[in-house]
Amino acid sequence: MIDINTKKIDMWSKIGSRATLGIAILEIEKNLKNLCVVTCDVSTSAGLDRFRRQKPDKYLDLGISEQNLIGVASGLSSEGFDVITTTFAPFQTLRCCEQIKVNLGYMKSKVIMVGLASGLVLGTLGYTHCSIEEVGVLRSIPNITIISPADSLEVVKALTASINHNQSVYIRLTGGAPIEKVYNDDYNFVIGKAVQILKGKDVSIFSSGALVSSCIKASKILEEQNISCSVTNFHTIKPIDENMIKEELKSKKLIITVEEHNTIGGLGSAVSEVSSKVSNSPKIISLGIKDTYSDGGSYNFLLKKHGLNVEGIVKSISEEIFKI
Amino acid sequence: MEVCKLEIDNLDDLRKLSKKMRKKILEMALYAGASSSHFGGALSSVDILATLFGKIMNFNKVNLKNPERDRFILSKGHGCLVYYSILNILNIIDDDELKTFEKDDSKLLGHPVKSQNIGIDFSTGSLGMGFSLAIGVAIALKKKKLNNKVFVLLGDGECNEGSIWEAALCAPNLKLNNLTVIIDNNKFQQTGSNKEIMNIHDLEKKWSSFNWITKKVDGHNHKEIFEALNLPDEQLPKAIICSTIKGKGFSFSENNNDWHHKIMTKDNYELALKELEND
Repeated sequence: MIDINTKKIDMWSKIGSRATLGIAILEIEKNLKNLCVVTCDVSTSAGLDRFRRQKPDKYLDLGISEQNLIGVASGLSSEGFDVITTTFAPFQTLRCCEQIKVNLGYMKSKVIMVGLASGLVLGTLGYTHCSIEEVGVLRSIPNITIISPADSLEVVKALTASINHNQSVYIRLTGGAPIEKVYNDDYNFVIGKAVQILKGKDVSIFSSGALVSSCIKASKILEEQNISCSVTNFHTIKPIDENMIKEELKSKKLIITVEEHNTIGGLGSAVSEVSSKVSNSPKIISLGIKDTYSDGGSYNFLLKKHGLNVEGIVKSISEEIFKI
Repeated sequence: MEVCKLEIDNLDDLRKLSKKMRKKILEMALYAGASSSHFGGALSSVDILATLFGKIMNFNKVNLKNPERDRFILSKGHGCLVYYSILNILNIIDDDELKTFEKDDSKLLGHPVKSQNIGIDFSTGSLGMGFSLAIGVAIALKKKKLNNKVFVLLGDGECNEGSIWEAALCAPNLKLNNLTVIIDNNKFQQTGSNKEIMNIHDLEKKWSSFNWITKKVDGHNHKEIFEALNLPDEQLPKAIICSTIKGKGFSFSENNNDWHHKIMTKDNYELALKELEND
């Protein structure tokens, strides 16, 4: 649906996931007669200013009213529109959680929700604007797919795949601008199929979102310490790729999940739910925010504080592997 | 522009329709047995739905799948008995199905569940949500350049919900003149009167201050309801505030909030039938 080349991938990486979203929506609009993008006074934050100007018939701003957002989106969807909603992650999800449950989960209205600036990237604004809970909450609602793209290219891939998907999707945008590239070239993105980026022997690192690139860097440092790590991008958190998890459980001494989310409810929980069904599963360590609202601060400050920067990931893995 | 008037013959027809609906509601309340039913809030809406489905809406058994039929959303989903009763009278839900009300595996639960084969477009019952769905549908119909209308029924207790006021602010800004909100103002909510629980004060002032074309009527007077629903189209959506009596129609239930959700006994059922016959 969108022409992808290395020049574009470089540009998208420079502008970050939010601005890439706006560009991607402008591109997919050409083939979607019934597209309707619905926001809550965040056109600039979502990279949608150009779309708003160029496609006013397909853009709807409801003001700051997220409960209304999901109801209106669901009503539009029931009449055959392809609906994308977007606002900052806490307001896109928890603020209107019951509307999501009833309209998208129970009633199965198809809506693509994009949560902007999820995780810790807005840490200087405090935890009102960080989002470390929503994957856990949304994962417990049936009929909703959850995708956490690893880089800007994957935002584009996730969005186009979601348009053709058979149920509602929550796309969780993490990371800042620029955002590190995980992929330099186009690749086959399939909802529900995790992508193994590095193959290793000892440890398997499962991650999603902007932290995938940190995990790749960590694995390279660990390689120098003779610790061989696989790194797998679980871009789809629900449905989780059980086969990939089971394969890794069979062959590794240690599994580490790394996510910009509470360790309760997110990727780590999803992996543990699968491993609990497997006999003789290796030890699983969940790195993330350990069920706390810490002091605020810049993105890098918070990643470091919660052990989610490259050094923190290396440290956790090297400490754990020697306990085994 | 002249307001469309209802003929007297039609008024009689509507009264008969309301009577029939009340009888169906009684029967379903009895079928529900020990699981009890939301009786009072269904009865307060009978004359509204009789007028709406009987004389206003383009909605019938043969046009359910027609994109150009009118849309109805029961945002006060607990009032489903009134909805099922009119769908039954329109031959959309049959008598046997009506008997499954709140039974295992039934399509007819205590709050409407989306089932497009029987004309229920949305699952409602969590208060404050149906209104926004109606806005989404109204926007979609305008985008598709269709002339059909959207009607949504709210409860006055439901107007406690903040999401109602998000939606109330939104619709006039979008100039959704294909949308009509009807408020069943029976002055009670689950555990007491509106005044005791959360005084809503003057609904008419509130809605008109949100820039709605607002009209207050006797919600048991079919003529007044009909005329309000036929107000000339302006550029704005309409809010019709229907002053009603909770439990309307039966001596034991009128303005008796015990009948918000209660078991229908055989004795009450028979008393109610007699009262209907003598009405």
